Amino acid sequence: MTVPSIEDLLRELTPQVLGVLVRRHGQFEGCEDAVQEAVLAATVQWPTEGVPNHPRSWLLTVASRRFIDQLRSDHARRVRELATATEVIPEDVPDTDDTLVLLFLCCHPTLTAASQTALTLRAVGGLTTAEIARAFLVPEATMAARISRAKQRIKAAGSSFSLPDGAEREERLAVVLQVLYLIFNEGYTASSGSELHRADLAREAIRLVRMVHGQLPEDSEVTGLLALMLLTHARREARTTAAGDLIPLDEQDRTKWDRELIDEGLELAKASLAGPALGPYQLQAAIAATHADAVTAEETNWQQVHALYLILERIAPNPMVTLNRAIALAETKGPAAGLALLSRLDRDERMAGHHRLLSVRAHLLEKSGDQAGAYEHYRRAAKSTASLAEQRYLELRASQLKA
Amino acid sequence: MKFLISMHINPAVLDALTDEEKEAIGAGHGAFIEALKESGELITTQALVDPSQAAVVAIRNGQPVVTDGPFLEAKEYLGGFYLIDCENKDRAIELALQIPDAAIEGLGLEVRQVMFADGLLEA
Repeated sequence: MTVPSIEDLLRELTPQVLGVLVRRHGQFEGCEDAVQEAVLAATVQWPTEGVPNHPRSWLLTVASRRFIDQLRSDHARRVRELATATEVIPEDVPDTDDTLVLLFLCCHPTLTAASQTALTLRAVGGLTTAEIARAFLVPEATMAARISRAKQRIKAAGSSFSLPDGAEREERLAVVLQVLYLIFNEGYTASSGSELHRADLAREAIRLVRMVHGQLPEDSEVTGLLALMLLTHARREARTTAAGDLIPLDEQDRTKWDRELIDEGLELAKASLAGPALGPYQLQAAIAATHADAVTAEETNWQQVHALYLILERIAPNPMVTLNRAIALAETKGPAAGLALLSRLDRDERMAGHHRLLSVRAHLLEKSGDQAGAYEHYRRAAKSTASLAEQRYLELRASQLKA
Repeated sequence: MKFLISMHINPAVLDALTDEEKEAIGAGHGAFIEALKESGELITTQALVDPSQAAVVAIRNGQPVVTDGPFLEAKEYLGGFYLIDCENKDRAIELALQIPDAAIEGLGLEVRQVMFADGLLEA
Protein backbone atom coordinates (compact mmCIF):
# COMPACT_ATOMS: atom_id res chain seq x y z
CA MET A 1 0.00 0.00 0.00
CA THR A 2 1.36 3.40 -0.96
CA VAL A 3 1.86 6.24 1.47
CA PRO A 4 -0.99 8.51 0.25
CA SER A 5 -3.52 5.71 0.55
CA ILE A 6 -2.42 5.04 4.14
CA GLU A 7 -3.09 8.69 4.75
CA ASP A 8 -6.54 8.43 3.16
CA LEU A 9 -7.33 5.34 5.17
CA LEU A 10 -6.28 7.01 8.42
CA ARG A 11 -8.36 10.08 7.64
CA GLU A 12 -11.37 7.88 7.06
CA LEU A 13 -10.87 5.80 10.19
CA THR A 14 -9.99 8.60 12.62
CA PRO A 15 -13.54 9.87 13.26
CA GLN A 16 -14.89 6.31 13.40
CA VAL A 17 -12.41 5.23 16.06
CA LEU A 18 -12.87 8.48 17.97
CA GLY A 19 -16.64 8.04 17.82
CA VAL A 20 -16.43 4.56 19.34
CA LEU A 21 -14.16 5.75 22.14
CA VAL A 22 -16.22 8.83 23.00
CA ARG A 23 -19.42 6.79 22.96
CA ARG A 24 -17.86 4.40 25.48
CA HIS A 25 -16.11 6.86 27.77
CA GLY A 26 -17.89 10.14 27.14
CA GLN A 27 -14.68 12.14 27.54
CA PHE A 28 -14.12 13.87 24.27
CA GLU A 29 -10.95 15.62 25.35
CA GLY A 30 -9.04 12.57 26.56
CA CYS A 31 -10.33 10.31 23.77
CA GLU A 32 -9.31 12.80 21.13
CA ASP A 33 -5.76 12.94 22.48
CA ALA A 34 -5.58 9.15 22.57
CA VAL A 35 -6.80 8.77 18.99
CA GLN A 36 -4.32 11.37 17.77
CA GLU A 37 -1.52 9.39 19.38
CA ALA A 38 -2.76 6.17 17.81
CA VAL A 39 -2.91 7.83 14.38
CA LEU A 40 0.62 9.15 14.82
CA ALA A 41 1.80 5.65 15.75
CA ALA A 42 0.14 4.28 12.61
CA THR A 43 1.74 6.97 10.46
CA VAL A 44 5.12 5.84 11.71
CA GLN A 45 4.57 2.06 11.71
CA TRP A 46 2.29 1.24 8.79
CA PRO A 47 4.51 2.46 5.93
CA THR A 48 7.39 0.23 7.09
CA GLU A 49 5.62 -2.68 8.77
CA GLY A 50 2.62 -2.80 6.47
CA VAL A 51 -1.02 -2.00 7.08
CA PRO A 52 -2.58 -4.44 9.59
CA ASN A 53 -5.35 -6.75 8.38
CA HIS A 54 -7.90 -4.93 10.50
CA PRO A 55 -6.67 -1.34 10.58
CA ARG A 56 -9.71 -0.06 12.43
CA SER A 57 -9.30 -2.61 15.24
CA TRP A 58 -5.60 -1.82 15.36
CA LEU A 59 -6.32 1.87 15.85
CA LEU A 60 -9.08 1.15 18.38
CA THR A 61 -6.78 -1.08 20.42
CA VAL A 62 -3.88 1.37 20.40
CA ALA A 63 -6.12 4.35 21.14
CA SER A 64 -7.83 2.47 23.98
CA ARG A 65 -4.47 1.60 25.49
CA ARG A 66 -3.36 5.21 25.30
CA PHE A 67 -6.60 6.29 26.88
CA ILE A 68 -6.15 3.79 29.72
CA ASP A 69 -2.58 5.01 30.22
CA GLN A 70 -3.97 8.51 30.61
CA LEU A 71 -6.47 7.30 33.18
CA ARG A 72 -3.76 5.47 35.09
CA SER A 73 -1.78 8.67 35.35
CA ASP A 74 -4.87 10.43 36.57
CA HIS A 75 -5.25 8.82 39.97
CA ALA A 76 -8.58 10.30 40.94
CA ARG A 77 -10.35 8.92 37.91
CA ARG A 78 -8.62 5.59 37.98
CA VAL A 79 -10.89 3.72 40.32
CA ARG A 80 -13.99 5.13 38.74
CA GLU A 81 -13.21 4.42 35.13
CA LEU A 82 -10.53 1.81 34.73
CA ALA A 83 -13.04 -0.99 34.93
CA THR A 84 -14.96 0.10 31.86
CA ALA A 85 -11.90 1.26 29.99
CA THR A 86 -10.22 -2.12 30.08
CA GLU A 87 -13.16 -4.02 28.68
CA VAL A 88 -12.57 -5.39 25.22
CA ILE A 89 -14.16 -3.21 22.58
CA PRO A 90 -16.31 -5.20 20.16
CA GLU A 91 -15.40 -4.63 16.55
CA ASP A 92 -18.95 -4.49 15.24
CA VAL A 93 -19.86 -1.17 16.83
CA PRO A 94 -21.81 0.82 14.24
CA ASP A 95 -19.66 3.73 13.07
CA THR A 96 -21.88 5.57 10.60
CA ASP A 97 -23.73 7.81 13.03
CA ASP A 98 -20.70 8.45 15.19
CA THR A 99 -18.83 10.44 12.58
CA LEU A 100 -21.82 12.73 12.21
CA VAL A 101 -22.21 13.08 15.97
CA LEU A 102 -18.53 13.99 16.21
CA LEU A 103 -18.96 16.63 13.55
CA PHE A 104 -21.86 18.17 15.48
CA LEU A 105 -19.74 18.14 18.62
CA CYS A 106 -16.76 19.84 16.91
CA CYS A 107 -19.05 22.53 15.50
CA HIS A 108 -20.49 23.24 18.93
CA PRO A 109 -22.17 26.66 18.98
CA THR A 110 -20.22 27.82 22.03
CA LEU A 111 -16.97 27.72 20.02
CA THR A 112 -15.61 30.47 17.80
CA ALA A 113 -15.51 29.76 14.07
CA ALA A 114 -11.71 29.48 14.21
CA SER A 115 -11.97 26.82 16.93
CA GLN A 116 -14.75 24.95 15.16
CA THR A 117 -12.74 24.69 11.96
CA ALA A 118 -9.55 23.64 13.76
CA LEU A 119 -11.28 21.01 15.87
CA THR A 120 -13.26 19.64 12.91
CA LEU A 121 -10.13 19.26 10.81
CA ARG A 122 -8.38 17.43 13.63
CA ALA A 123 -11.08 15.21 15.12
CA VAL A 124 -13.16 14.50 12.02
CA GLY A 125 -10.69 15.28 9.23
CA GLY A 126 -7.85 13.40 10.89
CA LEU A 127 -5.29 16.12 10.20
CA THR A 128 -2.47 16.65 12.66
CA THR A 129 -2.16 19.89 14.60
CA ALA A 130 0.98 20.70 12.59
CA GLU A 131 -0.87 20.25 9.30
CA ILE A 132 -3.74 22.47 10.44
CA ALA A 133 -1.28 25.10 11.69
CA ARG A 134 0.43 25.07 8.28
CA ALA A 135 -2.86 25.40 6.43
CA PHE A 136 -3.82 28.45 8.47
CA LEU A 137 -0.27 29.85 8.57
CA VAL A 138 0.05 30.02 12.32
CA PRO A 139 2.71 28.47 14.57
CA GLU A 140 1.92 24.97 15.80
CA ALA A 141 1.89 26.14 19.43
CA THR A 142 -0.84 28.67 18.57
CA MET A 143 -2.97 26.02 16.90
CA ALA A 144 -2.36 23.50 19.70
CA ALA A 145 -3.56 26.05 22.27
CA ARG A 146 -6.63 26.82 20.18
CA ILE A 147 -7.58 23.15 19.86
CA SER A 148 -6.98 22.47 23.51
CA ARG A 149 -9.12 25.47 24.51
CA ALA A 150 -11.88 24.29 22.18
CA LYS A 151 -11.91 20.84 23.78
CA GLN A 152 -12.12 22.37 27.25
CA ARG A 153 -15.08 24.48 26.16
CA ILE A 154 -16.92 21.45 24.83
CA LYS A 155 -16.27 19.67 28.10
CA ALA A 156 -17.53 22.68 30.06
CA ALA A 157 -20.66 22.88 27.91
CA GLY A 158 -21.44 19.35 29.07
CA SER A 159 -22.59 18.23 25.66
CA SER A 160 -23.85 14.69 25.38
CA PHE A 161 -22.56 12.41 22.66
CA SER A 162 -25.72 12.15 20.61
CA LEU A 163 -27.39 13.81 17.67
CA PRO A 164 -29.67 16.70 18.67
CA ASP A 165 -33.37 16.41 17.79
CA GLY A 166 -35.87 18.43 15.81
CA ALA A 167 -35.35 22.18 15.51
CA GLU A 168 -32.05 22.06 17.38
CA ARG A 169 -30.79 19.53 14.89
CA GLU A 170 -31.60 21.89 12.02
CA GLU A 171 -29.82 24.78 13.70
CA ARG A 172 -26.78 22.70 14.56
CA LEU A 173 -26.59 21.24 11.06
CA ALA A 174 -26.58 24.80 9.69
CA VAL A 175 -23.53 25.53 11.87
CA VAL A 176 -21.82 22.34 10.67
CA LEU A 177 -22.38 23.31 7.04
CA GLN A 178 -21.16 26.83 7.71
CA VAL A 179 -17.96 25.50 9.24
CA LEU A 180 -17.36 23.19 6.29
CA TYR A 181 -18.03 26.05 3.88
CA LEU A 182 -15.56 28.20 5.83
CA ILE A 183 -12.88 25.51 5.52
CA PHE A 184 -13.57 25.30 1.79
CA ASN A 185 -13.34 29.05 1.35
CA GLU A 186 -10.15 29.23 3.37
CA GLY A 187 -8.69 26.80 0.87
CA TYR A 188 -10.23 28.43 -2.16
CA THR A 189 -9.40 32.06 -1.46
CA ALA A 190 -6.96 32.81 1.29
CA SER A 191 -8.48 35.75 3.18
CA SER A 192 -5.07 37.35 3.17
CA GLY A 193 -1.66 36.59 1.81
CA SER A 194 -0.25 35.88 -1.60
CA GLU A 195 -1.29 32.28 -1.99
CA LEU A 196 -4.66 31.98 -3.63
CA HIS A 197 -5.09 28.24 -3.72
CA ARG A 198 -4.81 26.23 -0.60
CA ALA A 199 -6.33 23.34 -2.45
CA ASP A 200 -5.79 20.83 0.35
CA LEU A 201 -8.27 22.59 2.60
CA ALA A 202 -10.79 22.87 -0.23
CA ARG A 203 -10.42 19.17 -1.00
CA GLU A 204 -10.70 18.28 2.66
CA ALA A 205 -13.90 20.31 2.96
CA ILE A 206 -15.33 18.50 -0.07
CA ARG A 207 -14.39 15.15 1.42
CA LEU A 208 -16.16 16.02 4.68
CA VAL A 209 -19.30 17.31 2.94
CA ARG A 210 -19.34 14.12 0.85
CA MET A 211 -19.28 12.16 4.05
CA VAL A 212 -22.18 14.18 5.51
CA HIS A 213 -24.04 13.80 2.23
CA GLY A 214 -23.48 10.04 2.40
CA GLN A 215 -25.19 9.97 5.79
CA LEU A 216 -27.91 12.54 5.07
CA PRO A 217 -28.60 12.01 1.35
CA GLU A 218 -32.13 13.43 1.70
CA ASP A 219 -31.01 16.79 3.10
CA SER A 220 -31.26 19.31 0.25
CA GLU A 221 -28.95 21.88 1.85
CA VAL A 222 -26.18 19.30 2.31
CA THR A 223 -26.63 18.28 -1.32
CA GLY A 224 -26.66 21.94 -2.34
CA LEU A 225 -23.46 22.69 -0.44
CA LEU A 226 -21.69 19.73 -2.03
CA ALA A 227 -22.84 20.87 -5.48
CA LEU A 228 -21.71 24.43 -4.77
CA MET A 229 -18.26 23.29 -3.67
CA LEU A 230 -17.78 20.98 -6.66
CA LEU A 231 -18.89 23.62 -9.17
CA THR A 232 -16.61 26.20 -7.58
CA HIS A 233 -13.67 23.84 -7.22
CA ALA A 234 -14.05 22.85 -10.89
CA ARG A 235 -12.92 26.35 -11.89
CA ARG A 236 -9.71 26.38 -9.86
CA GLU A 237 -7.30 25.81 -12.80
CA ALA A 238 -8.91 28.60 -14.82
CA ARG A 239 -9.02 31.07 -11.96
CA THR A 240 -5.43 32.28 -11.96
CA THR A 241 -2.58 32.80 -14.41
CA ALA A 242 0.64 30.81 -14.08
CA ALA A 243 2.01 33.82 -12.19
CA GLY A 244 -0.85 33.60 -9.69
CA ASP A 245 -2.84 36.58 -10.98
CA LEU A 246 -6.63 36.44 -10.73
CA ILE A 247 -8.74 35.85 -13.83
CA PRO A 248 -12.37 36.98 -13.49
CA LEU A 249 -15.17 34.57 -14.39
CA ASP A 250 -15.97 36.21 -17.75
CA GLU A 251 -12.34 35.96 -18.92
CA GLN A 252 -11.63 32.40 -17.79
CA ASP A 253 -10.69 29.73 -20.32
CA ARG A 254 -13.72 27.51 -19.76
CA THR A 255 -12.06 24.51 -21.38
CA LYS A 256 -9.87 24.44 -18.26
CA TRP A 257 -12.87 23.85 -16.03
CA ASP A 258 -12.93 20.34 -14.59
CA ARG A 259 -15.70 18.70 -16.60
CA GLU A 260 -16.07 15.73 -14.29
CA LEU A 261 -16.60 17.92 -11.21
CA ILE A 262 -19.02 20.12 -13.15
CA ASP A 263 -21.11 17.18 -14.30
CA GLU A 264 -21.31 15.82 -10.78
CA GLY A 265 -22.04 19.29 -9.41
CA LEU A 266 -24.80 19.93 -11.96
CA GLU A 267 -26.41 16.61 -11.17
CA LEU A 268 -26.35 17.32 -7.42
CA ALA A 269 -27.58 20.89 -7.87
CA LYS A 270 -30.53 19.58 -9.83
CA ALA A 271 -31.26 16.91 -7.24
CA SER A 272 -31.11 19.44 -4.38
CA LEU A 273 -33.67 21.72 -6.06
CA ALA A 274 -36.14 18.85 -6.14
CA GLY A 275 -36.37 19.02 -2.33
CA PRO A 276 -39.34 20.52 -0.47
CA ALA A 277 -37.76 23.80 0.71
CA LEU A 278 -35.18 26.15 -0.80
CA GLY A 279 -32.11 26.99 1.26
CA PRO A 280 -29.19 29.35 0.67
CA TYR A 281 -26.71 26.64 -0.40
CA GLN A 282 -29.14 25.19 -2.93
CA LEU A 283 -29.64 28.65 -4.42
CA GLN A 284 -25.93 29.38 -4.55
CA ALA A 285 -25.40 26.00 -6.16
CA ALA A 286 -28.12 26.82 -8.70
CA ILE A 287 -26.32 30.11 -9.51
CA ALA A 288 -22.99 28.31 -9.89
CA ALA A 289 -24.76 25.74 -12.08
CA THR A 290 -26.13 28.51 -14.32
CA HIS A 291 -22.59 29.79 -14.86
CA ALA A 292 -21.32 26.26 -15.43
CA ASP A 293 -24.01 25.72 -18.07
CA ALA A 294 -22.69 28.57 -20.22
CA VAL A 295 -20.07 27.42 -22.72
CA THR A 296 -18.92 31.03 -23.13
CA ALA A 297 -19.36 34.00 -20.79
CA GLU A 298 -21.64 35.65 -23.38
CA GLU A 299 -24.06 32.75 -23.22
CA THR A 300 -24.63 33.17 -19.47
CA ASN A 301 -28.32 33.24 -18.61
CA TRP A 302 -28.15 36.43 -16.53
CA GLN A 303 -31.95 36.60 -16.22
CA GLN A 304 -31.84 33.34 -14.34
CA VAL A 305 -28.82 34.39 -12.24
CA HIS A 306 -30.63 37.57 -11.28
CA ALA A 307 -33.85 35.73 -10.41
CA LEU A 308 -31.92 33.32 -8.19
CA TYR A 309 -30.12 36.15 -6.37
CA LEU A 310 -33.49 37.81 -5.83
CA ILE A 311 -34.83 34.70 -4.09
CA LEU A 312 -31.59 34.33 -2.13
CA GLU A 313 -31.88 37.96 -1.02
CA ARG A 314 -35.37 37.23 0.25
CA ILE A 315 -34.63 34.06 2.20
CA ALA A 316 -31.16 35.06 3.46
CA PRO A 317 -30.76 38.87 3.30
CA ASN A 318 -27.12 39.86 3.18
CA PRO A 319 -25.38 42.86 1.58
CA MET A 320 -23.00 40.53 -0.32
CA VAL A 321 -25.99 38.91 -2.01
CA THR A 322 -27.35 42.33 -3.00
CA LEU A 323 -23.90 43.20 -4.34
CA ASN A 324 -23.88 40.10 -6.53
CA ARG A 325 -27.43 40.78 -7.65
CA ALA A 326 -26.31 44.25 -8.79
CA ILE A 327 -23.81 42.60 -11.16
CA ALA A 328 -26.52 40.35 -12.59
CA LEU A 329 -28.94 43.28 -12.83
CA ALA A 330 -26.35 45.32 -14.74
CA GLU A 331 -26.02 42.44 -17.22
CA THR A 332 -29.77 42.30 -17.86
CA LYS A 333 -30.91 45.93 -17.43
CA GLY A 334 -27.70 47.85 -18.01
CA PRO A 335 -25.01 49.34 -15.71
CA ALA A 336 -27.19 52.25 -14.54
CA ALA A 337 -29.68 49.82 -12.96
CA GLY A 338 -26.82 48.00 -11.24
CA LEU A 339 -25.34 51.25 -9.94
CA ALA A 340 -28.73 52.34 -8.60
CA LEU A 341 -28.93 49.12 -6.60
CA LEU A 342 -25.41 49.68 -5.25
CA SER A 343 -26.40 53.07 -3.86
CA ARG A 344 -28.70 51.21 -1.49
CA LEU A 345 -25.63 49.45 -0.06
CA ASP A 346 -23.86 52.74 0.67
CA ARG A 347 -26.17 53.15 3.63
CA ASP A 348 -25.28 49.71 4.98
CA GLU A 349 -22.71 49.98 7.76
CA ARG A 350 -21.30 46.55 6.97
CA MET A 351 -20.45 47.60 3.43
CA ALA A 352 -19.17 51.17 3.85
CA GLY A 353 -15.68 51.29 2.35
CA HIS A 354 -15.70 47.53 1.69
CA HIS A 355 -13.36 46.66 -1.17
CA ARG A 356 -15.98 44.46 -2.84
CA LEU A 357 -18.47 47.32 -3.03
CA LEU A 358 -15.74 49.60 -4.41
CA SER A 359 -14.60 47.08 -7.02
CA VAL A 360 -18.12 46.24 -8.21
CA ARG A 361 -18.89 49.94 -8.51
CA ALA A 362 -15.64 50.40 -10.47
CA HIS A 363 -16.67 47.57 -12.78
CA LEU A 364 -20.14 49.02 -13.39
CA LEU A 365 -18.79 52.56 -13.88
CA GLU A 366 -16.38 51.16 -16.46
CA LYS A 367 -19.28 49.48 -18.26
CA SER A 368 -21.26 52.72 -18.22
CA GLY A 369 -18.36 54.57 -19.86
CA ASP A 370 -17.29 56.60 -16.81
CA GLN A 371 -13.55 55.96 -17.12
CA ALA A 372 -12.45 58.48 -14.50
CA GLY A 373 -14.95 57.20 -11.93
CA ALA A 374 -13.96 53.60 -12.64
CA TYR A 375 -10.25 54.42 -12.28
CA GLU A 376 -10.84 56.15 -8.97
CA HIS A 377 -12.88 53.23 -7.58
CA TYR A 378 -10.47 50.52 -8.76
CA ARG A 379 -7.66 52.40 -6.98
CA ARG A 380 -9.69 52.76 -3.80
CA ALA A 381 -10.69 49.08 -3.92
CA ALA A 382 -7.03 48.08 -4.37
CA LYS A 383 -6.14 50.02 -1.23
CA SER A 384 -8.93 48.41 0.78
CA THR A 385 -8.38 44.71 0.08
CA ALA A 386 -6.29 42.42 2.29
CA SER A 387 -5.60 40.01 -0.58
CA LEU A 388 -2.42 40.59 -2.58
CA ALA A 389 -3.76 38.76 -5.65
CA GLU A 390 -6.92 40.85 -5.63
CA GLN A 391 -4.89 44.01 -5.16
CA ARG A 392 -2.70 43.19 -8.17
CA TYR A 393 -5.82 42.55 -10.27
CA LEU A 394 -7.52 45.79 -9.25
CA GLU A 395 -4.38 47.83 -9.88
CA LEU A 396 -4.10 46.23 -13.31
CA ARG A 397 -7.68 47.19 -14.15
CA ALA A 398 -6.98 50.75 -13.02
CA SER A 399 -3.80 51.01 -15.10
CA GLN A 400 -5.58 49.65 -18.18
CA LEU A 401 -8.10 52.48 -17.88
CA LYS A 402 -5.39 55.09 -17.66
CA ALA A 403 -3.62 53.79 -20.77
CA MET B 1 -7.26 36.78 10.36
CA LYS B 2 -3.87 38.07 11.25
CA PHE B 3 -3.35 41.49 12.73
CA LEU B 4 -0.37 43.47 13.89
CA ILE B 5 -0.97 45.56 16.98
CA SER B 6 1.86 48.07 17.00
CA MET B 7 2.73 50.01 20.10
CA HIS B 8 3.89 53.57 19.69
CA ILE B 9 5.85 54.74 22.67
CA ASN B 10 6.61 58.27 23.83
CA PRO B 11 9.68 58.26 26.13
CA ALA B 12 8.63 61.52 27.78
CA VAL B 13 5.27 59.99 28.68
CA LEU B 14 6.90 56.82 30.01
CA ASP B 15 9.45 58.79 32.07
CA ALA B 16 6.67 60.74 33.75
CA LEU B 17 5.07 57.55 35.13
CA THR B 18 5.62 56.43 38.72
CA ASP B 19 7.44 53.17 39.42
CA GLU B 20 4.15 51.59 40.44
CA GLU B 21 2.57 52.63 37.17
CA LYS B 22 5.50 51.22 35.19
CA GLU B 23 5.26 47.96 37.09
CA ALA B 24 1.56 47.78 36.43
CA ILE B 25 2.22 48.16 32.71
CA GLY B 26 4.76 45.32 32.79
CA ALA B 27 2.39 43.07 34.72
CA GLY B 28 -0.46 43.99 32.37
CA HIS B 29 1.56 42.94 29.33
CA GLY B 30 2.54 39.70 31.06
CA ALA B 31 -1.07 38.82 31.80
CA PHE B 32 -2.12 39.82 28.29
CA ILE B 33 0.52 37.54 26.75
CA GLU B 34 -0.55 34.61 28.92
CA ALA B 35 -4.22 35.08 28.01
CA LEU B 36 -3.38 35.30 24.29
CA LYS B 37 -1.27 32.15 24.46
CA GLU B 38 -4.01 30.25 26.20
CA SER B 39 -6.69 31.28 23.74
CA GLY B 40 -4.50 30.31 20.80
CA GLU B 41 -4.46 33.82 19.35
CA LEU B 42 -0.82 34.80 19.86
CA ILE B 43 1.61 34.29 16.99
CA THR B 44 4.46 36.30 18.41
CA THR B 45 5.28 39.47 20.30
CA GLN B 46 8.50 41.42 20.28
CA ALA B 47 9.73 44.62 21.90
CA LEU B 48 12.47 46.81 20.45
CA VAL B 49 15.47 48.54 22.04
CA ASP B 50 15.55 52.29 22.50
CA PRO B 51 15.48 54.21 19.19
CA SER B 52 18.79 55.85 20.09
CA GLN B 53 20.30 52.42 19.29
CA ALA B 54 18.84 52.33 15.77
CA ALA B 55 20.93 52.59 12.60
CA VAL B 56 19.40 54.20 9.52
CA VAL B 57 20.79 52.64 6.36
CA ALA B 58 20.67 53.74 2.74
CA ILE B 59 22.62 53.53 -0.50
CA ARG B 60 23.53 56.89 -2.02
CA ASN B 61 25.57 57.17 -5.24
CA GLY B 62 26.20 53.43 -5.01
CA GLN B 63 27.72 53.76 -1.54
CA PRO B 64 26.24 52.57 1.74
CA VAL B 65 25.37 55.40 4.13
CA VAL B 66 24.75 54.46 7.75
CA THR B 67 23.71 57.04 10.33
CA ASP B 68 22.49 56.82 13.91
CA GLY B 69 18.68 56.52 14.13
CA PRO B 70 15.84 56.98 14.48
CA PHE B 71 14.55 57.51 10.93
CA LEU B 72 11.39 59.36 11.90
CA GLU B 73 11.76 62.58 13.83
CA ALA B 74 8.73 62.19 16.02
CA LYS B 75 7.83 62.16 19.69
CA GLU B 76 6.54 58.60 19.38
CA TYR B 77 8.47 55.64 18.04
CA LEU B 78 7.73 51.97 17.42
CA GLY B 79 8.36 50.23 20.72
CA GLY B 80 7.12 46.76 19.90
CA PHE B 81 4.25 44.75 18.53
CA TYR B 82 1.86 41.85 18.96
CA LEU B 83 1.21 39.64 15.95
CA ILE B 84 -2.09 37.87 16.52
CA ASP B 85 -4.44 35.53 14.65
CA CYS B 86 -8.06 36.04 15.65
CA GLU B 87 -11.65 35.84 14.45
CA ASN B 88 -12.05 39.30 12.91
CA LYS B 89 -11.13 42.97 13.19
CA ASP B 90 -13.62 43.55 16.01
CA ARG B 91 -11.88 40.89 18.08
CA ALA B 92 -8.45 42.38 17.26
CA ILE B 93 -9.65 45.76 18.50
CA GLU B 94 -11.19 44.17 21.59
CA LEU B 95 -7.81 42.55 22.33
CA ALA B 96 -5.84 45.74 21.69
CA LEU B 97 -8.02 47.52 24.25
CA GLN B 98 -6.76 45.04 26.86
CA ILE B 99 -3.16 46.23 26.41
CA PRO B 100 -2.21 48.52 29.32
CA ASP B 101 -0.89 51.19 26.93
CA ALA B 102 -4.47 51.80 25.78
CA ALA B 103 -5.32 53.54 29.04
CA ILE B 104 -2.31 55.88 28.99
CA GLU B 105 -2.57 59.26 27.30
CA GLY B 106 0.28 59.79 24.84
CA LEU B 107 0.92 56.11 24.07
CA GLY B 108 -0.43 54.87 20.75
CA LEU B 109 -1.85 51.49 19.71
CA GLU B 110 -2.55 50.71 16.08
CA VAL B 111 -4.36 47.64 14.69
CA ARG B 112 -3.72 46.63 11.07
CA GLN B 113 -4.45 43.43 9.18
CA VAL B 114 -1.56 41.41 7.76
CA MET B 115 -1.52 41.09 3.97
CA PHE B 116 1.53 38.98 3.28
CA ALA B 117 3.60 36.63 5.39
CA ASP B 118 6.56 34.38 4.83
CA GLY B 119 9.17 32.67 7.02
CA LEU B 120 8.06 32.25 10.60
CA LEU B 121 4.52 31.30 9.70
CA GLU B 122 5.43 28.72 7.08
CA ALA B 123 5.88 26.30 9.99
